[in-house]
Amino acid sequence: MMPARTSSPVHPVENEAEATLIRRIRNGERELFYELVKPYERRVYAATYAILRNEADAEDAAQEAVLKAFKNFRQFREEARFSTWLIQIAVNEARMRRRREHPDVMEPLADQRDEDGSYVPRDFADWREIPSETLERKEVREKLIEALATLGEKYREVFVLRDVQQLSIDETAKALGISIASVKTRLLRARLMLRDLLAPGFGGSWTSRLSFQKGNKPW
Amino acid sequence: MVVGCEDVWREVSNYVDGELDPSLRVAMDAHIAGCRKCRAVLEGTGNIVELYGDERLYELPVGFSQRMRARLEENMPRQRGTAWGWMVAFAAAVLAVGTFAIANSAAVVQSALRSPHAQPGVHVPPEMMVVVADGGKTFHVQGCRFIHDKTVRSMPAEQAMKEGYTPCIRCMKKYLNATALWIPAPVLLDAHGLRGNHSAGE
Repeated sequence: MMPARTSSPVHPVENEAEATLIRRIRNGERELFYELVKPYERRVYAATYAILRNEADAEDAAQEAVLKAFKNFRQFREEARFSTWLIQIAVNEARMRRRREHPDVMEPLADQRDEDGSYVPRDFADWREIPSETLERKEVREKLIEALATLGEKYREVFVLRDVQQLSIDETAKALGISIASVKTRLLRARLMLRDLLAPGFGGSWTSRLSFQKGNKPW
Repeated sequence: MVVGCEDVWREVSNYVDGELDPSLRVAMDAHIAGCRKCRAVLEGTGNIVELYGDERLYELPVGFSQRMRARLEENMPRQRGTAWGWMVAFAAAVLAVGTFAIANSAAVVQSALRSPHAQPGVHVPPEMMVVVADGGKTFHVQGCRFIHDKTVRSMPAEQAMKEGYTPCIRCMKKYLNATALWIPAPVLLDAHGLRGNHSAGE
């Protein structure tokens, strides 16, 4: 019926230019580190923001993560992608801060449910339009970010690593220290919950104000 | 294989990720083709994956990159003995030697007056701004009525003298060697046959 989304391929390095940068930094040109990080700034920030849900905290955590990556660069093994390694540091930094600053925050009730329990979609609004241009609109971006922020922590973290950061299932499991089966279960639930939250808007009230590009389904 | 709605909802994430067994995928496709609800769930889930995977979703705060870079630089240890450091040091040394050589060559030019018959200036304030014409031999104060060349350059007197220009005997007469002898200007002009025949482009 439709082509499936494929998992992102695992490359030792993103490209030749990055490999050269890594080699030069290892050989002592440490001032080039920012050039190595720059292409991933947005992803680092997205990871910390998705967890901390606060712009100032997210920026501070992102800076701290990059600094830690810089100081521990010798520990980076080139079997992994640099971006994955960096994102993992960012996620750890954000999680550590959240626990340090909000140790008494309880998980939402939904998180306590049995992960194996099936999730029944609540909304069946027809949402066939592909909103390829909608992300140009700030209000839409805000809706998406707000919806993600309502998910419980364990769903949000898996979803952010897998679908926002495009890590593989395996990388996500390693980054969070959970099993592949747990990643898949949480990911399914996170996606379905977000669909329930957003489908009514995209399928109904928002579409009259948004310019969707019709007939273009990349997946 | 026959699948129901609950099977689709349980496997929809794997479907989108392309991690389904082929036979299950065919069965799901068959079910979805005839089930509006499951089609809505599948397409909506695909849209979620598509939207959140778009890098435009998160905007960096204004100035984020500059602050990030500054924070890194604050924590950057001073480099010693790197190839880059040595290159910078070498470039600085070359620059210093070059500047010295240029200064020396300018001093040589200073001794070669553009007019061997003219009198060099004495006690000319070096920072005084004067004007010269490229093809001329003398320098003038701005506004000297004996400047006839329209294309003049402005520069400090010190620079003009380094380039071999000599003082205009009209507007700069108090700085001429002859002034030390208290020769009246008109006499000096007549002696050089220059009265009324002077221009910056001489």
